[in-house]
Amino acid sequence: MKTCNVMIVGVGGQGSLLASKLLGKLLLSKGYDVKVSEVHGMSQRGGSVVTYVRFGDKVYSPVIDKGEADFIVSFELLEAARWTEYLRKGGTIITNTQEMNPMPVITGAAEYPKNLVDTMRAAGFTVDALDALSLAERAGSSKAVNLVLMGRLSKYFDFTEVEWMQAIDASVPPKFKEMNERAFALGANA
Amino acid sequence: MKQLMLGNEAVARGLYEAGCSFVSSYPGTPSTEITECAAKYSEIYAEWAPNEKVAVEAAFGASLAGRRSFCGMKHVGLNVAADPLFTIAYTGVNAGMIIGVADDAGMHSSQNEQDSRNYAKAAKLPMLEPSDSSEGIAFAKLAYEISEQFDTPVLLKMCTRVAHSQSIVEPAERVEPAQKPYEKNPPKYIMMPGFAKKRHPIVEERLKALAEFAETAPCNRVERGTENKLGIITSSTCYQYVREVCGKEVSVLKLGMIWPLPTKLLREFASSVERVIVVEELDGFIEDYCKTIGLKVEGKNRFSNIGELSQNLVAEGLGLQAPQGKALETVIPPRPPVMCAGCPHRGLYYVLSKLKLTVIGDIGCYTLGAVAPLNAVDSVICMGASVSGIHGFNKANGGKTDGNTVAVIGDSTFMHSGMTGLVNIAYNDSKSTVIILDNSITGMTGHQQNPTTGFNLKGDPAAKVDLEALCHALGIARVRVVDPYDLGQCESVIKEELAADEASVIISRRPCALLKYVKHKKPLTVDTEKCKSCKMCMKVGCPAISMVDGKAKIDNTLCTGCGVCAQLCKFGALEGNV
Repeated sequence: MKTCNVMIVGVGGQGSLLASKLLGKLLLSKGYDVKVSEVHGMSQRGGSVVTYVRFGDKVYSPVIDKGEADFIVSFELLEAARWTEYLRKGGTIITNTQEMNPMPVITGAAEYPKNLVDTMRAAGFTVDALDALSLAERAGSSKAVNLVLMGRLSKYFDFTEVEWMQAIDASVPPKFKEMNERAFALGANA
Repeated sequence: MKQLMLGNEAVARGLYEAGCSFVSSYPGTPSTEITECAAKYSEIYAEWAPNEKVAVEAAFGASLAGRRSFCGMKHVGLNVAADPLFTIAYTGVNAGMIIGVADDAGMHSSQNEQDSRNYAKAAKLPMLEPSDSSEGIAFAKLAYEISEQFDTPVLLKMCTRVAHSQSIVEPAERVEPAQKPYEKNPPKYIMMPGFAKKRHPIVEERLKALAEFAETAPCNRVERGTENKLGIITSSTCYQYVREVCGKEVSVLKLGMIWPLPTKLLREFASSVERVIVVEELDGFIEDYCKTIGLKVEGKNRFSNIGELSQNLVAEGLGLQAPQGKALETVIPPRPPVMCAGCPHRGLYYVLSKLKLTVIGDIGCYTLGAVAPLNAVDSVICMGASVSGIHGFNKANGGKTDGNTVAVIGDSTFMHSGMTGLVNIAYNDSKSTVIILDNSITGMTGHQQNPTTGFNLKGDPAAKVDLEALCHALGIARVRVVDPYDLGQCESVIKEELAADEASVIISRRPCALLKYVKHKKPLTVDTEKCKSCKMCMKVGCPAISMVDGKAKIDNTLCTGCGVCAQLCKFGALEGNV
C-alpha cells in the first residue's frame, strides 16, 4: 500500500506526543512499517509543535513534506491553518475548534484570524471541525483532547474498536484508562 | 519482538546489548534521551556530568579501567569536549569507547548548526552515522568492535531526525564482555611530548587501516540501480529522503561510516554511473572528499548548506517533481516558544526589563527572556558566556557599565561552565553583578538533575552543591538570595548590588513551575469592575493572561497563581492568594 501520512499539530504541552505514541502502537500491531517523528526541546515551550506519523508497506523518510499529508489532526485552530500547505490534494483536516492565543496576539502585535474554519473551507480544504475541549471536559479532563481527536481520526480508518482500545490501554496510565476511552468514544461519535 | 523505538533509545539499546557498563553525559537536545534510556538498564552505571569535557574524560577513565563506556552530547557539547577528544585520539582506548554527538541541522533547539563530521576529520577519529533506529542499535555495537579492534575512540553521530524519530527495531540480548585488565603503559597513556610524538604516527597508520576497513565494511553498501545514469552518495537521514524520491533505476552508495571515507569504493561507484550527486545536510563534507580524490561529483550546487533537507528539497535538487501544497492567504501569526505560566524566570526578567539593564544572557529556558514583551536580553553565545562576557564588557567600559549591566545564568549552566568565569571576575577584580537563576533543575532539555539539585540521574539522593558557599569560596563576598515571585525584593536587591563597589552574585531561587513536586496556587481572578484596561499585567508576557473585550482575562487551565501579574496591577483587579 502507498504510504499514509498523518500530521499531528498543536501547541507545546497539549499532549500530541501521546497521540502519536498511541497511533504508532496501533499501526505496528497491524503489521505496517511505521515511522513517527517528534520534536523535543525548546519549541515545546508553548510553541507550535508538529509530529509526523507515516505508515505503509515500506516507509523511508521520517518526516512529512508539503503537499503530502493525508490527514492533518490539529489540537488548535490556528495551528490547523498554519500547516495547510502540508496537506495533499484530497486530504482532510481534522481540527479542534479551540483557540489559544500565541504571544504576538497576547501582546497585541498580531490578530487571531477570525472564522478560520470557514476560511479553510472556502479555500477548498475538507475540514472536519469539532469542539474537542468540551468533549474532553465531558469525558472527565480537559487534558483528554488528544483522545477525542484520535477518536475522530478513527472514523477515517478501518481498524476495529477493539484494536484502538488495545492501543489506548497500552499508552495511558491504568487509572486514566476509562476516562480516555470515554474521550475517544465522544470524539468518534461527535 | 518488533517494536517502535526512538533513535536515541535505540542507541541506548545498542550500548546495552554490546555490554556497555559506563555512561557519563551532559544533556543537550537532541542527544539527551540516549543517556536517559541507558540509565534505565540496571547493568549500566549512568550519570550526568557537570559538562561534556568531564563526561568524555570520565568515559575515557572507564575505558582505561577496562569497561566499555559511552558519553553523549549535542554538537556544541563536542566543542567543550574537544580538548580531551583530540588527545584520546592519540592514546587510544583499553575497552571500547564511544562518543555520541547529535547535530541539530535546522536549529530546532540550538544556537548554531555546526557540522560535527568535521571533528572526525580534524581529530582523526572514525565516525559512524546511523540513518534510522535499527542502525542506531547496530552501529552502537559496531562502534565498540571498531573501537577495540583499532584501539580508538569512535564517534557516533546522530541528527535531530534520526535521534527523535521512532522506527521499527528488533532488540537482542546483552553480551557481557569481561572487564579488560588495566596495565600501566606510560608511552601509550601519558601524552607528554616525548610519548605523544611517538603516538602521532600510530594515529596516522590507524587512520589508513580504518580507511581500508571502510572499503568493505557492511555499513557502507551499494544499492545497485537498474540503470547506470545516476548514482547518489548519501548517509544518515538524507539516505531516507533519497530512497523516498528516487526509483529503482538510481544507484545509491549509502555510507554508514562517514570517516575515514572509502576511497576505492567511492571511485568504483563513481565509475559505474554516468553522473554522481552527493546528497548531504550542512557542509559538503563527502563532496569535498570526493573532489580531493579527483572525482567529478555534484552536491552543494544543488542543495543548500543551510538548514535541514527533506524529501521535497531532495527531489527538487535532483530535478524531480515535488508535491505542492496550498498555504492559506490569511496571515497566520507565528507561535514562538514562550516561558511557561508560573515560570520563576518571568518576575526576575520583568525587573531587569523595567530597570533597562544591559543583560548578558546564557543558554537555557531563560534565553526566552529575549523575546517580546520582556525583550530583556542583549547577548547569548554559549554555555557560560554570560559570566565571562560581563567581565570583559565591564572592564572594557572602564567600570562605566558596572551599575547597569548584569549577567544571567541558570543553575545547571553555572555548574557546566559559569564557575570559571566567576573566578575570573573575583580574581581580576571587576565589579560585575551575576544573577544565578536557580530553578532547581536543568529545564530546557526536559528536567535533568544536576549537581545543585541534590539528586543524580537515577533519581537517588546525591551531594548538593551549596551555591552561596561556592560563590563565597570563589572569592565573591556579596552573595544575596531573592525570590523571583517577589518583584519588590528583586528590584531593591538588584539595585543595591549594582550600586555596590565590588562584584556580587544574586541567586534568584524558585523551582521550575513544571516540576511535579511544585504545588500551584489557585488561578487568579479578574475583578472587571476594577480593571482599567491599562494592560500593565500584559507586560510580563504570561501566556495565561490576555485582553478580552478590553479587560484582562486569566486562562484557568494555565494560571499557576504565582501572583507576579497581580503585583503590577495598580487597581487591585487581579485577585488571588498572593
